[in-house]
Amino acid sequence: MIAPALQAAALAAAPHPLSGTAADWVWALPLFPLAGFLVNAALAVVAVARPGPADPSADRHSAPDATAAGEDVAGHGPGAGDADAPPPARHRFASVVSLVGPLAVGLAFALACAIFAAMARVHPTTPFVQTYFHWIPAGDLQVNAAFQLDQLSLTLVLVITGVGALIHLFSVAYMGDDPGYARYFAYLNLFVFFMLVLVLGASYPVMFVGWEGVGLCSYLLIGFWYADRANADAGKKAFIVNRIGDFGFLIAMFLLFVQLGTLDYTGVLAAAPGGLEAGGPVVTVICLFLLLGCAGKSAQIPLYVWLPDAMAGPTPVSALIHAATMVTAGVYLVVRSGLLFAMAPAASLTVAVMGAVTALFAATIGLKQWDIKKVLAYSTISQLGFMFMAVGAGAYVAGIFHLVTHAFFKALLFLGAGSVIHAMHAAYHATHSHEDAQDMRNMGGLRARMPVTWILMWIATLAIAGVPLFAGFFSKDEILGTIFDRAGGSILRDAHWLGIPGGVVLYAIYGMGLVAAFLTAVYMTRLMLYTFHGQNRTGEAARPHLHEAPWLMTGPLLVLGALSAVGGFLNTPAFLPIGPAETLARWLDPVVGPATALIAAGAPGDADPRRGLLLSLIAAAVAATGIVVAVVRLGRSAPVRAGAAPETGIESVLAHRYYVDEAYDRGIVRPLLAFSNRVLWQGVDGLIDGLVTLGARVWVWFGGIGSALQTGRVGTYAWALVVGALVVLAITIR
Amino acid sequence: MLAESIALSALLFVIGVVGVLTRRNAIIVFMCVELMLNAVNLTFIAFGRVYGYGAQAIVIFVMTVAAAEAAVGLAIVIAIFRHRQTVDLDSINLLKG
Repeated sequence: MIAPALQAAALAAAPHPLSGTAADWVWALPLFPLAGFLVNAALAVVAVARPGPADPSADRHSAPDATAAGEDVAGHGPGAGDADAPPPARHRFASVVSLVGPLAVGLAFALACAIFAAMARVHPTTPFVQTYFHWIPAGDLQVNAAFQLDQLSLTLVLVITGVGALIHLFSVAYMGDDPGYARYFAYLNLFVFFMLVLVLGASYPVMFVGWEGVGLCSYLLIGFWYADRANADAGKKAFIVNRIGDFGFLIAMFLLFVQLGTLDYTGVLAAAPGGLEAGGPVVTVICLFLLLGCAGKSAQIPLYVWLPDAMAGPTPVSALIHAATMVTAGVYLVVRSGLLFAMAPAASLTVAVMGAVTALFAATIGLKQWDIKKVLAYSTISQLGFMFMAVGAGAYVAGIFHLVTHAFFKALLFLGAGSVIHAMHAAYHATHSHEDAQDMRNMGGLRARMPVTWILMWIATLAIAGVPLFAGFFSKDEILGTIFDRAGGSILRDAHWLGIPGGVVLYAIYGMGLVAAFLTAVYMTRLMLYTFHGQNRTGEAARPHLHEAPWLMTGPLLVLGALSAVGGFLNTPAFLPIGPAETLARWLDPVVGPATALIAAGAPGDADPRRGLLLSLIAAAVAATGIVVAVVRLGRSAPVRAGAAPETGIESVLAHRYYVDEAYDRGIVRPLLAFSNRVLWQGVDGLIDGLVTLGARVWVWFGGIGSALQTGRVGTYAWALVVGALVVLAITIR
Repeated sequence: MLAESIALSALLFVIGVVGVLTRRNAIIVFMCVELMLNAVNLTFIAFGRVYGYGAQAIVIFVMTVAAAEAAVGLAIVIAIFRHRQTVDLDSINLLKG
């Protein structure tokens, strides 16, 4: 696996403290899910290729949150809910797939834990790079297929494989009755593989491979029930919007290579201080293009529009890809390029402003959505905005911290929502109702029916709202506190953003963050109230069919619930006397320390601990106020029935998500389509077609002459022969 | 002596060529081809007298080939005639693609 010569050269230079430990097995991390993908994909293909009597697609039964039609096959009747329909058919190889899929990710998680144990013992200050082969040897451009293991990538690996394994387990129960079961797990395993490549890659190009790969898997899984046009369209939308971001990432890579001549992280880190002018236009442009890539992948304004639509995929996919892991890739990229961003204060401020605006914007939309998954989708966008606020303000640790805690509680929220949808769908399925299983207006009072889900969802809600001692409180508080500190003294304060002093910008961001935190508490409490409290609105017939999910689904929820409750203690602030303080900060220091120090330069010595405490109290008060406001405003009133009493004024604008999709449609999509139709297709294409046709005509004409010479009469040929002979004679005899 | 022989054979050859080019009856074209062959034979014999008799051996070959050609050619002409009731070359354009 490892090219011996390269490895030997690396070892000869300086044996890394991690070599000889479990870290040597880092290459196996992505191979586990890749193997799982191969097995599951083979099973999926075999199952389709040889439809036998047990062919599950013969009578399709779509998974819970499907408004989707069946798949892989035609010939199922429209009446999936017919009384005489056979019971849901399992995939032919369901048992094997159920074993392989979660096991592949579980093994990777186990290995990651072993590597973590080794790394915690050594705590290396330099990254452990393992090179496998020359991938792109082209002149000056030398890109190796190499993995880099450091505290940052390992943190991400643990989250991806840990949360990923839980979601795989959940999926076993959730997707059990889906005819595309093997295909689902194949995609999911492939996603984990690419995600691990993304975070483990030792250079931007290797990361880009993972970056594109997760985009592909996201597309495949959003459109998993592709027989329904809307789902396929949502997948395409995600893919196309992400292309815009990828364009930015690519341009940034090109610029980096032109300026520094290397694309390895270590090389860039070493070359950047000398090769780029700090605060200069070049590094700023590079960072802004990187940011464009991040905005696409992490669903930030202006490229966030794909994420709400991505909810068309199965709910565990939303939990894994569109909440916990893939969408945080942008945050990872900014932290990975932290030194570059620290050298470009204007770009850093742009990151923070973008995050703050997104956080606030998405939170307001979340207030008025009725689809339970849409609320969570906008919540995810908003929380990603928080992460970008953090990394933009140079609070890299806080950003990663929020990434980790968010992975816990948002995965829990999505899986809890999945559990609810599963129950709702089953109930409606049993009663042949065609109500929307995801509409909160159809829920209510589920507390009594699904107590475990109810309690766990409340834990996640308290965590995301920022109630003290839950995970989200510490991370969000650290973000806001650090932004406040940066506004008091840092290179960002001394920089300008569009002519506005950085300090003013940062204080404004802090304010927007507080408002967004308040709104977060409101919309999450609203979701809980409408889903679990009050009168049940599911309908008389369906109500008795509402049941708690099986243990295979509640089990992962329990683990995530525990993590959401205590995850915050990974990095408690120094001024709170609970547990060892700032564990994560110390853990990540070798990676993000230099960039943080650069950005925080000029900060006034020791911050007053009382100020930190005060900021924490403000954040906690904001969260509590949000929850109280939501309970007081919404607690007693039942929501309107679907379609009744349309909202007016600002409520209507929020319910329609600020008409952004419509504006994009009018402003970008349709003009582009019209331009393609009128100018490119009928104009340019017509011109090129005309030229091609003209060329063809010329040669047809020449051919006609040649053809006319072939009379078929021997006499003509004899004349030609004689004339030719005479010409030859005339030339040769002089 | 040589010059006269060459001149005669050139004359015969040209007559043959002109016949091939201008006549439309396949039999006559055929006879003109024979005339050209024999013009060449005459050249060989004339040169053979000057440069050695080896060249005259070629003549035997040419006559053999000419005989074979006459047999095959006449057979084709007869076949065409049976098929089309004519041997007018202008009305035969089977070679046209």
